[in-house]
Amino acid sequence: MKQANRKVIPIQPVPGGNLPPEQRLAVQAAVQANRDQPGNLLLVLHAVQDRLGFVPPDAVALIAFELNLSRAEVHGVVSFYHAFRTAKPGRHVLHLCRAEACQSVGAAALEAHAKKSLGVDFHGTTADGAVTLEPVYCLGNCALGPALMIDDKLCGRVTPARFDQFVADMRA
Amino acid sequence: MRSIAENDLGTPARESAKQVTLIIDGRSVSVPEGTSVMRAAALADLKIPKLCATDQLEAFGSCRLCLVQIEGMKGYPASCTTPVAEGMKVTTQNGKLAQLRRGVMELYISDHPLDCLTCPANGHCELQDMAGAVGLREVRYGYEGDNHVHKYVPGKGEANPRFVAKDESNPYFTFDPSKCIVCSRCVRACDEQQGTLALTIQGRGFDSKVSASVAESFLESECVSCGACVQACPTATLTEKSVIAKGQAEHSEITTCAYCGVGCSFRAEMRGEEIIRMVPNKDGHANHGHSCVKGRFAIGYATHKDRITKPMIRAKISDPWREVSWDDAIAYAASEFKRIQGQYGRDSVGAITSSRCTNEEVYVVQKLVRAAFGNNNVDTCARVCHSPTGYGLKQTLGESAGTQTFDSVMKADVIMVIGANPTDGHPVFASQMKRRLRQGARLIVADPRRIDLVRTPHIEAAHHLSLRPGTNVALINSIAHVVVTEGFVNEDFVRARCDLASFDKWRIFVSQERHSPEAMQDVTGVPAAEVRAAARLFASVPNAAIYYGLGVTEHSQGSTMVMGIANLAMATGNVGREGVGVNPLRGQNNVQGSCDMGSFPHELPGYRHVSDDVARGAFEAEWNVKLSPEQGLRIPNMFEAALDGEFKGLYVQGEDIAQSDPNTQHVTASLSAMECIVVQDLFLNETAKFAHVFLPGSSFLEKDGTFTNAERRISRVRKVMSPKSGVGEWEATQKLANALGYPMNYTHPSEIMDEIARLTPTFHGVSFDKIDRLGSVQWPCNDAAPEGTPLMHVDAFVRGKGRFLVTEYVPTTEKVNAKYPLILTTGRILSQYNVGAQTRRTENLAWHSEDRMEIHPHDAEVRGVVEGDWVGVTSRAGDTVMRAHLTDRVQAGVVYTTFHHPFSGANVITTDNSDWATNCPEYKVTAVEVTRVSQPSEWQKRYREFSDRQQELLRAAVTDVSVK
Repeated sequence: MKQANRKVIPIQPVPGGNLPPEQRLAVQAAVQANRDQPGNLLLVLHAVQDRLGFVPPDAVALIAFELNLSRAEVHGVVSFYHAFRTAKPGRHVLHLCRAEACQSVGAAALEAHAKKSLGVDFHGTTADGAVTLEPVYCLGNCALGPALMIDDKLCGRVTPARFDQFVADMRA
Repeated sequence: MRSIAENDLGTPARESAKQVTLIIDGRSVSVPEGTSVMRAAALADLKIPKLCATDQLEAFGSCRLCLVQIEGMKGYPASCTTPVAEGMKVTTQNGKLAQLRRGVMELYISDHPLDCLTCPANGHCELQDMAGAVGLREVRYGYEGDNHVHKYVPGKGEANPRFVAKDESNPYFTFDPSKCIVCSRCVRACDEQQGTLALTIQGRGFDSKVSASVAESFLESECVSCGACVQACPTATLTEKSVIAKGQAEHSEITTCAYCGVGCSFRAEMRGEEIIRMVPNKDGHANHGHSCVKGRFAIGYATHKDRITKPMIRAKISDPWREVSWDDAIAYAASEFKRIQGQYGRDSVGAITSSRCTNEEVYVVQKLVRAAFGNNNVDTCARVCHSPTGYGLKQTLGESAGTQTFDSVMKADVIMVIGANPTDGHPVFASQMKRRLRQGARLIVADPRRIDLVRTPHIEAAHHLSLRPGTNVALINSIAHVVVTEGFVNEDFVRARCDLASFDKWRIFVSQERHSPEAMQDVTGVPAAEVRAAARLFASVPNAAIYYGLGVTEHSQGSTMVMGIANLAMATGNVGREGVGVNPLRGQNNVQGSCDMGSFPHELPGYRHVSDDVARGAFEAEWNVKLSPEQGLRIPNMFEAALDGEFKGLYVQGEDIAQSDPNTQHVTASLSAMECIVVQDLFLNETAKFAHVFLPGSSFLEKDGTFTNAERRISRVRKVMSPKSGVGEWEATQKLANALGYPMNYTHPSEIMDEIARLTPTFHGVSFDKIDRLGSVQWPCNDAAPEGTPLMHVDAFVRGKGRFLVTEYVPTTEKVNAKYPLILTTGRILSQYNVGAQTRRTENLAWHSEDRMEIHPHDAEVRGVVEGDWVGVTSRAGDTVMRAHLTDRVQAGVVYTTFHHPFSGANVITTDNSDWATNCPEYKVTAVEVTRVSQPSEWQKRYREFSDRQQELLRAAVTDVSVK
């Protein structure tokens, strides 16, 4: 057994020690605001994503430490929900509905148009960093399909032409 | 993989006074209310197919294989999550259920490799068993589609993005995600059993995958390698590397772990005389099927190449060793002891027994000393750990042992941990304690260092009393002050159970203002408000239990503190029932036993003083020899006497005093002054480097006997392989006694236990047969308690009335000053065990390959020390060098290190100070200075030189012609 090459695992690494200050502040603020709520982990994750647009992988250790959870637990929750993203998105996030009601009124064609015109697949971000395209399974807007959501704004009856207009606005 | 010998009943047992009767497949079954249908069926010998269920974990209901039909219920409920009800009629097998189960199995198998013949789980795989049980004959879904099984997309050369390679980072087990069926048993084992919560299911749906921490390797993750997940895994996904290398075991034998005082029961799973793996015993009363990284995995030392298996002798320690026959070695040792006694007197020789050895082995060594040496010069390593416990508890409660079972903690409302680090030192009990804390019990930790338990996932101490090392008694007095002056005394209990004169004296003493938290906070460093709050919390709940360790005993006032703890427990009425008590967490596997067996120079087995004519008379009659009524030498007295030229011969059984005892240089000087040192050990340990006779010892796997754990539980150790040296340790001792002229003629360790039982009132009812029948037995075990005594002091204290003792705080003489401004305290780490003779010879080095000096960043900064720097640590006794680890776990002004590696020389620094009553060394307080250095200390250089030379002498060992 070679002793010299063995790595000594630190007894307790500083949680979130490699997080940029802006991200660390976001996590700390999120924890501060939600620590005493029941089910605080989801609230904290939402607050972090609201502020940063995503949950940085390096934030997991700090969130776990602050809420006295294991890193595994936080990772399990972050990875379970599609809503939480772990990479920085474009300036705007566009959620395209792929559920049955929208599909029956042209969502598939809209999807093809969106991917082609943006030049990205789902989960991708356009080269100019303006738009990230995400699939979503039902926005509850079935009567007005095809539906999509731009950031927090819900839009119905989206045609390829309206889609192009939305994208142009986002890029403006 | 579950033990090959255990029957899995599917869900955990439920306790209830109410029995429920139901009909399962036409059989009438009665079980406690709350039991699952699955368990009820299993108890009726009906096997319901299952994958995600195991009786070590709460039901989960995810695999959908255990579906049953229940008359009057809709659909197909899962039998694991459905509790029994009176009159329920259950069908576990019919055509419809078979069809459903086959459908579920098809889906599982469609994403599972079909390499059963070459799979390490082959022959003991639950998935394979279930495929057989449900009659799976075809898989309609094919293997071409999306899967986690193949490295490349079938039919194409592209990499399969879902495939994840085997994680082999952990030295003891592998994680092969391609075989995973995502039953979550590993995740639940980590959560429920171990309480580390290091595993999770990442993603969802077909993306679901077991992840260690944040998709890290097992070694880098939060995993503590307890192996609960490996045991829980129904497939080969998590498998011991030993099973992969060797194959399945064919038989198993129940034995007891030889590491810490928890005394976990294990099944040694064997193939012939080769050990395949250790599996904690589900029926073990101390561990209930759980284990830690040491007990389960760190057994490689037993077959390590460093094991010495032939007796050796040499005239001087500068001579090469000479391998000789057992007879020659024994004859040489006996002649030397006789010569020394002839030349320097009867009291010039003695022995040290080991708390790592069995009760029977320890008993024969102390018998040898008393009957063959004719003196009482026998001591044990308990001297350096829990001797104050024995003394303090005997004085107050009347018996030198802890009062509870481990299971008692499940009824505690407040747990106070003083000077103990259970998650590192007693990990299996810590898991149980953490389970109780997650259920809502409150925690008070009194420790200079922020141990893991202070704050760890889902657990947070209500109060961490971060006291200065050496001020325990001041702290316990202030807690008592609050209890007494704020009206928290349980007057009824005290009046009924305790000696009132002593209580009144104590009450007046602790009520004095000078013991108030406010008056003491400058001494202890703990804010008065925190002490008051902790004392109120402790005293205001129905059940408060105290658990303590070496942070209590290894002080100049160790015995005083033990008494202080007993005082507090009595004053608050926390003795004599479940959920309370005074619980010393004993360090070694058999430290309780070695103390019970009369390893002290003043006590015969059963804690009876050598001057007690009645007790001594009984031994004289049985042993047919006159015994000395004079107290013998304690370990430190032996060292002093050796330096004075009066003590020349020592028989050391399995203990490494040259590394474990304080002030190493003093110890080695004493050893060098002796003329015959006989060491009986597995390895050429530090002490053996000073020895003249080496008798090869046997590991716990090679012998029959018993260990007694921290809850007084006597458990069997069973021989699963022949002694490598050909001779058991008790046999070697017996040979030595015979050669010294005192006849011993045991043919089996059970005869030794029978003799112990005859002579020791608290052991009268103990026999190997009874232990075999009951699994284990807690002493006292005699006519009054034929099946043993789980709880002590129930109706009355052993001594009659509980005695309060005044505990005046006297500061240690080991004081900080300008030259030595820091206090060094010491402790242990999970992966290593004490002097490390065993664990250093295992893959546990992956977690802890060197001892480090923990130092607060403020103290480091003023000394210009950064993380990983070599620092010199100097005390009044000596100096050494080790690497620094900066952490705020230690308070400013305090540094901390472990002592598992001999080269660290942690005990070169510790001093000769010791407990006033028992001479237990003050390991926990040493004034030191820490400086940045670039090279090893002078001692380390000398040590390395000497150690290298001794290794050469071992390699140069010449085989005596008489040895065939």
